[in-house]
Amino acid sequence: MSRANSKFVGATILAAAFLCLFTCRTADAQVDITGSWAARNHEFLTGDGLPVDFTGIPLNEEGRIRALSYSESQLAMVERQCQGWPAFYLVQGPFGLKIWSETDPLKGNVISYTIGAWEDRAPLTIWMDGRPHPSKYAEHTRAGFTTGAWEGNTLVAYTTHMKAGFLRKTGAPSSDEATMTLRFYRHGDILTLLAIIEDPIYLAEPWIVSRSFQLSATPLSPIGPPCLTTYEGSNAQTAPHYLPEKNPFVDEMTTKYGVPRDAAIGKPETLYPEYRKNIPPAAPVR
Amino acid sequence: MRVFFIATLVTLEFVTALPYAAGQDRGMPAKAAATAKASALVDISGYWVAVVTKDWRFRMITPRKGDYQSVPMTEQARTIADTWDPVADAASGDQCKAYGAAAIMRVPARFHIAWQDDNTLGVESDSGMQTRLFHFNSPPLSTGERTRQGYSTAQWQTSASLKVATTNLRAGYLRKNGVPYSENAAVTEYFDMAPLPSGGQVLLVTTIVDDPQYLQQPFIVSSEFKKEADGSKWDPTPCTAK
Repeated sequence: MSRANSKFVGATILAAAFLCLFTCRTADAQVDITGSWAARNHEFLTGDGLPVDFTGIPLNEEGRIRALSYSESQLAMVERQCQGWPAFYLVQGPFGLKIWSETDPLKGNVISYTIGAWEDRAPLTIWMDGRPHPSKYAEHTRAGFTTGAWEGNTLVAYTTHMKAGFLRKTGAPSSDEATMTLRFYRHGDILTLLAIIEDPIYLAEPWIVSRSFQLSATPLSPIGPPCLTTYEGSNAQTAPHYLPEKNPFVDEMTTKYGVPRDAAIGKPETLYPEYRKNIPPAAPVR
Repeated sequence: MRVFFIATLVTLEFVTALPYAAGQDRGMPAKAAATAKASALVDISGYWVAVVTKDWRFRMITPRKGDYQSVPMTEQARTIADTWDPVADAASGDQCKAYGAAAIMRVPARFHIAWQDDNTLGVESDSGMQTRLFHFNSPPLSTGERTRQGYSTAQWQTSASLKVATTNLRAGYLRKNGVPYSENAAVTEYFDMAPLPSGGQVLLVTTIVDDPQYLQQPFIVSSEFKKEADGSKWDPTPCTAK
């Protein structure tokens, strides 16, 4: 190689390094998911209209028995008023998402994303720095422990270590072994979250549920109002519940909306089209 | 210094050309290749079954008249929906009004997605027996006959998803109990795929319906499907108005 050539190569490497300071990006942050994402509640997700509405949740027998034992009056108990909901509530609750990132001050790469809290939902931190999930004996929290990685333009987050709680506010249970794979798809000003929830204790198959949000120019709060407990007249000696086959609301979805009981109590086969053949053509409607 | 300057220019040219060469500029559609089929970033063909994990009472059964929860309807839309008459719809041959492009992916059904030719992707439903055609490398149609499934243009996104825009629709129902959309509605859809942890694939379809006449804001829903090995559960059934 001539001296002039080697000089040019050397200068090129130097120039590349110089330009890289301004143009090079790490493999993460393929799209920007940070910002305020307003809820567009055009689907009925919260399921808090009637006590026994487990429609669309593939509960197994144990999950169903547990769900039917639940009384919403438990939320009147002082010790349960601020228990909040697990991370599944991101795709269930009626609220928007405030998402921000923490970046490494030297390298500029994203260390974590945080989805802000609400009164009954803990903040969810998605660790992007490659750290492992903790030991299975580590503490379980309401939001759990979440790691994330980019797959192309999709952020894929995986949550473990959640406390036992609920898949839906009506009492469909989740165990502390439940996990959630959450995918973030951004299309322009629409952000769609796809959650695949697995629970070996209470689900017969993964529960696949999604929800869309729209980018908002109005900033959302990263925190909710504080949860304050108060005495609501509940008897401190008992936890409100229903004994097996004694839930008085089990047929309310049927009488009010014509939903068959098997669907209301979350039998897995009711999630698929062929189940419609089992539905009477003129279900009773009140 | 002169060598460094030239080297910088050469490097800059190379660096700035990279994203375009790779078609990676965010928000830009992938560079048109020879055919849409050849340039597909994901393979969404196959048989897919709807998994109804939400809006069960609005999708699996016909909701009662007046149950319009969650739909951002205008007053005019509500007035029209209140006159819903499925018997009259069936009598006038309009039993497929709830199976139009704005609502078909919400129907509990199986869908067969297959290439019709190198630039046209077909989507068939067994329930309602509808056929949609996604036209790649094609401009939107501004004239022509309005149909239940309208005219759909499609393009691959660099995010490995499929974007479909549909116009030229006949008026129809967003929900089976008469929640209307007008013939001027525009439907934008994004098809994304995800693996199931235990094997298998999920198709996620995000649907945005714009209809200033009957909607106060765009109606945004997302629907989930699981891939099936074959068409053995394919069960064509005609539209029903009730």
